[in-house]
Amino acid sequence: MKAILLLEDGFYLEGTSFGAESETAGEVVFNTSMYGYQEILTDPSYKGQIVCMTYPLIGNYGVNNIDVESGKVCVEGFVVKEKSHIVSSWRAKGSLEDYLRDNNIVAIEGVDTRALTRRLRQYGSMKGIISAIDLNLENLKKKLNVMPSIIGQDLVSRVASQSIYDWREGLGLRRVSEVRAASYTIVVIDCGVKLSILRNLKENFKRVIVVPYDTPLKEILKLKPDGVLFSNGPGDPEAVTPAIATAKELIRSLKKRELKAAVMGICLGHQILGLALGGQAQKLKFGHHGGNHPVKDLATGKIDITSQNHNFIIPPESIPDKSVVQTHINLYDHTSEGQKHTEIPLFSVQFHPEAGPGPFDARYIFGEFARSIEGA
Amino acid sequence: MPKRTDIDKILILGSGPIIISQACEFDYSGTQACKALKEEGYKVVLLNSNPATIMTDPEFADATYIEPITPDVLEKVIVKEKPQVCLPTLGGQTALNVAFEAAKRGVFKKNNVELIGARDEVIARAEDRELFKEVMHKAGIDLPRSRTVYSLKEARGVLDYVGLPCVIRPAFTLGGTGGGVAYNIEEFEEIIKRGLDLSLIREVLIEESLIGWKEFELEVMRDKNDNVVIVCSIENFDPMGVHTGDSITVAPAQTLTDIEYQKMRMSAIRAIRAIGVETGGSNIQFATNPEDGRMVIIEMNPRVSRSSALASKATGFPIAKIAAKLAVGYTLDEIPNDITKETPASFEPTIDYCVVKIPRWTFEKFPQADKTLTTSMKSVGEVMAIGRTFKEALQKGIRALEIGKSGLNSLIDEKGINANRKEFKEKVLEHLAAPNDKRIFYIADGFRIGMDTKQINAITNIDPWFLENIRQIIQFENLLKEAKKLDRGLLRKAKEMGFSDGYLASLLNIGQDKIRDIRRKEKIEVTYKLVDTCAAEFEAYTPYYYSTYESECEARPSDKKKVMILGGGPNRIGQGIEFDYCCVHAAFALKEEAIEVIMVNCNPETVSTDYDTSDKLYFEPITAEDVLNIVKKEKPFGIILQFGGQTPLNLALELEKESVNILGTKAANIDIAEDRDKFKKLLERCSLKQPESGIARNFKEAQDIVKRLGFPVMVRPSYVLGGRAMEIVYDNQTLERFIKEALMYSMNQTILIDKFLEEAIEVDVDLIGDGETFVIGGILEHIEEAGIHSGDSAMCLPPFSLSADVIDKVRSASYSLARNLNVAGLMNIQFAVKDSSVYVLEVNPRASRTIPFISKAIGVPLAKLAAKVMAGKSLKELGFTKEVVPPYRSIKESVFPFNRFLGVDIMLGPEMKSTGEVMGIDVDFGKAYLKSQIAASQLLPRKGNVFISVRDRDKESIVIVAKQLHEMGFKILSTAGTGKVLEKNSIPLTVLPKLSEGRPNILDYIKNRDVKLIINTPSGRIPRQDEIVIRSTATLYRIPSITTVAGAVASIKAIEALIKGDIGVESIQRHHRDIKR
Repeated sequence: MKAILLLEDGFYLEGTSFGAESETAGEVVFNTSMYGYQEILTDPSYKGQIVCMTYPLIGNYGVNNIDVESGKVCVEGFVVKEKSHIVSSWRAKGSLEDYLRDNNIVAIEGVDTRALTRRLRQYGSMKGIISAIDLNLENLKKKLNVMPSIIGQDLVSRVASQSIYDWREGLGLRRVSEVRAASYTIVVIDCGVKLSILRNLKENFKRVIVVPYDTPLKEILKLKPDGVLFSNGPGDPEAVTPAIATAKELIRSLKKRELKAAVMGICLGHQILGLALGGQAQKLKFGHHGGNHPVKDLATGKIDITSQNHNFIIPPESIPDKSVVQTHINLYDHTSEGQKHTEIPLFSVQFHPEAGPGPFDARYIFGEFARSIEGA
Repeated sequence: MPKRTDIDKILILGSGPIIISQACEFDYSGTQACKALKEEGYKVVLLNSNPATIMTDPEFADATYIEPITPDVLEKVIVKEKPQVCLPTLGGQTALNVAFEAAKRGVFKKNNVELIGARDEVIARAEDRELFKEVMHKAGIDLPRSRTVYSLKEARGVLDYVGLPCVIRPAFTLGGTGGGVAYNIEEFEEIIKRGLDLSLIREVLIEESLIGWKEFELEVMRDKNDNVVIVCSIENFDPMGVHTGDSITVAPAQTLTDIEYQKMRMSAIRAIRAIGVETGGSNIQFATNPEDGRMVIIEMNPRVSRSSALASKATGFPIAKIAAKLAVGYTLDEIPNDITKETPASFEPTIDYCVVKIPRWTFEKFPQADKTLTTSMKSVGEVMAIGRTFKEALQKGIRALEIGKSGLNSLIDEKGINANRKEFKEKVLEHLAAPNDKRIFYIADGFRIGMDTKQINAITNIDPWFLENIRQIIQFENLLKEAKKLDRGLLRKAKEMGFSDGYLASLLNIGQDKIRDIRRKEKIEVTYKLVDTCAAEFEAYTPYYYSTYESECEARPSDKKKVMILGGGPNRIGQGIEFDYCCVHAAFALKEEAIEVIMVNCNPETVSTDYDTSDKLYFEPITAEDVLNIVKKEKPFGIILQFGGQTPLNLALELEKESVNILGTKAANIDIAEDRDKFKKLLERCSLKQPESGIARNFKEAQDIVKRLGFPVMVRPSYVLGGRAMEIVYDNQTLERFIKEALMYSMNQTILIDKFLEEAIEVDVDLIGDGETFVIGGILEHIEEAGIHSGDSAMCLPPFSLSADVIDKVRSASYSLARNLNVAGLMNIQFAVKDSSVYVLEVNPRASRTIPFISKAIGVPLAKLAAKVMAGKSLKELGFTKEVVPPYRSIKESVFPFNRFLGVDIMLGPEMKSTGEVMGIDVDFGKAYLKSQIAASQLLPRKGNVFISVRDRDKESIVIVAKQLHEMGFKILSTAGTGKVLEKNSIPLTVLPKLSEGRPNILDYIKNRDVKLIINTPSGRIPRQDEIVIRSTATLYRIPSITTVAGAVASIKAIEALIKGDIGVESIQRHHRDIKR
């Protein structure tokens, strides 16, 4: 069945519908990972976004029950050049096509994904709509016009957990070397946490407790955390006000030495900490979405190839607190990729050390969290 | 940290002649390295014996030694040039081996030279099987379980560890025979016993069976700060068991989940660290079990490789160039990505297309060779194709191969499928089971006769994902055949899937132009996309394009004056690096003339497909459709066909029909040279002789001609390169067979039959002209007599035995032909000299295989000048108006792939069989010839036994050779017939019995390595089995064999030089200074 993808600037592509035969809208972004489409589909950070895969051949190895980053498919829509007609993997439990249909996700194939990518690169991420039920461009345009922008939208509440729970699963298949779990308790403030973060934490720490993003600090402290992690999540960090408030409170207590714990942030969590430290968020033109971004550790000069997925950044110069230093930079565009506080045990990274999908280069960051707790 | 400042001179090792498994890719990597290091201000010294390379052009190094690549020569070069460091990782296995050997002998230590890129202990860890296993175990990387055993008892002891089924490989057997797969204990014991018996050193390797496992490769780079990146992942279409050089391969890997890929990636990173490659690139191969994902490491090359050239072309990431910079101390983040400019090289390319590499075999040259593909590589070249889908890239790749297929053509016609379905199915099944050069076509036919993906997967173990894509192509093909009319939608879809116009035309039974017309009318237009390393995430500045049928075209034609150069396509015997060399020179020359250069080629090994070589690169098949599409987009002022060998020339007529301006010698004049009738008239006009001849269109006509000429005759088809189907025929029986064969290869169904001039001297002349001035580039005298293909003959420049009178005749004949053909550009003429008479054999108005060799010998870049001439310059303006005759001898020797095709006779003939060439230079003929022999791995002896056995015709002329050998102290072994003649000439010798008549025979001598040289000329067209066994056993034991008297005579001079003293080394820059101009 025919389908259309229309961008808010009028650019459109015609293709074939797959997945749910319906209509969907969201901010359109492209992801340059050649592997890991299932992880991308289930990454809560993609809430509100239609993802275009730059690699043209998608679905080759099907889907399974393990390569998921959350309990459901989170993207609003999916755009590929060619979906596979066959599933070839000993790990597969089903096809991509069925998976999308079962999860009611609208997808389009047979389109020039490179042309779309170039468009987004040139003019920036923008709203888009995919429809298999209404092929009238004027109608689609109207629908796009009334759709709200991603800026300021609270998407976190739609993907974060509602309750407190213990996470018990380690890396399993993803393990490439043994680490000894430190006997600490980590509380994860769930803004839409990727399961790979939890798996990595469980691999490195004895106890991992997940709490909703709006859990008050007082409740968190009842869990006696040795470390607190602000997770990744979708959308604009400014919209996650309860978590920002928690972070501010936490920082205040740490500064006053009322508390002995270390704090870490990943991606949206990094931005939340940045805002709590007085920084300002800025939206990137088309974001970073892929698994090949080089990030340099400014202290050691070492370069890691990292997994990335963010549209917003916190420019380090926007943080007035001089005890916050930049620790990592992106060698592609020199944006900040990490920060730490020199007086309190707090650090965060913009990239995804948990991978899922992407390289395992930066997994050691979780070990650093353990050392940071030791030093706290 | 910036580059090292403690060094100023770097020695780079090249890879020597083109052989199977080492081709143009090392010219590509070496050229990049030379360029990169010179740019950094280092002095570069180069050692490479292969003159047909861009890297050995005098301007790419400060001192270029075209000398044999041996530890001795390496030491001489070091002593003379005193480099501080030596870079051995860019010249293939040859460079790595010679560096390792020299290190073992202490050459580097003694001369204070540091190995950079990979130190000797790193090479040892990667190359020594046992050491490698140990290091991988320590690094926690799984390997296939294997053990080497020396007895049946020992073998029984390791059975539990390795498990069944297992693969048993006896070491050192003829043709790698005697091994096998054991599925039960009975078979196991049987194969072990047989293997131990067959192995010359009673050694057998027992290895866990990886049959049916999937094979992957990762290209890895590391810098001195331990930053590691993966440049490209490659998945082999053919599962384990087929050498990766013989596999169809696909980039990126298609069937790995992210977790599996990342684990492979981590293993690769651990491996490069554990082996200790400090800087540069490595190729690491893995196998995975499709049942449970178990992954093992297979091997690692601590150097750039064929796969890294492929990965560079597939991603746009120039591995060799970056490896060179890392070797002198840069780190990845300090090196910019040329393509995006703003981002650094410390990243992992991501691609938004699919790349397919398909090997090119030349089994037709070796009809007796076993066509089964194994772990020993047999292909001589490859093509790469880029498409947005695997289906598109695969179909583009197949038509790029130039094997007479425009797509996945069926191997039998449709009627045949229906009539003999059962018989055909058996044939398909058989060819699916054992990997072979045509398996991809049998897969397509398997689908055509109703097999499904599951069935074919069960037989071939090829991943179902690949098979399913082929099934879709065949399914669509059926849809097309059933469609009454080719409507816009169908045609558009067909083009998106990669169907060529030619293939569609044959499916629908209409003309190819018709398809083109519909395409034009319906506005189904090709689009071009960029290869940009980053899937469009950043802007790309390098115009490196591939075609596809998409909605957006990224080609940006300029309004500058543009010339398009067509490359030669895949390497094959007869058309290889020499033509790429010429294309690259043309590109350089035209750039100098401020003309925009557009290169079109599909061979990933080459320098021509480096995006740095020309202004724009279109990585496309060299077919009329693909070329015309580019012409339509770019509208070049002209197109150059005469540098890429026969491939582009074959398109001349079609391009001219579409009014494309072909630069250089006019097509009409090319036709005169190619068309035998017209050519005959031309020779008459010039009052030149040619062997008597006739033109036949069938066997009857051929017989009539032969009646007139008398045997022997030379039979050849028109419009072919490399002597395809060319034969010397001595009798009627063979005549019939060869006429049939020649008709198959002739483009216009005509065959030329020449009177064959026995024992004539052959001479090659290469000449350049601008329509007004004509200058001879070089006159080359062949060492071997006429009748042996000029690509296989050794040659000497200037001539070493011809009289001044004969040379003058050759010279004036050449000029007369050039003037009459009004040559603009290059021309090659072949002469035969018999009894002081000069006969014209052939005229080729194009760049020839000898152009690079001559250019190196005379110090004049002929191809470059020719390109400038074609762009409108005169030779006077270019300052080349006089033939250069160097005051030293340059010898070109050919290198053959016989060690890959054991059992195939090494005899030479009119059909070309060599894969590459080397050059030896010295003032003394003997020394120059000696160097060429050493460089070609023909290790002539100083003393010992020499076996001489020649055919009757040669018995008198071999006497002088035997006499000299005797005088130099060699002991002569011979057979009864040859022995009788030698004894009559009072040469002492030992007569050996025939193979079937007694022991010890010559095979015993060979196996005991008690014979150092074999001179054995073939008895006739179809040699006796004994001879073939002798020659191929000698090849196995690497004992030099000479199969012609002329070759023996030249070798005597070389042996004399060898006994007299050592060879010296000299750079070509120094040689060129001795030329009087």
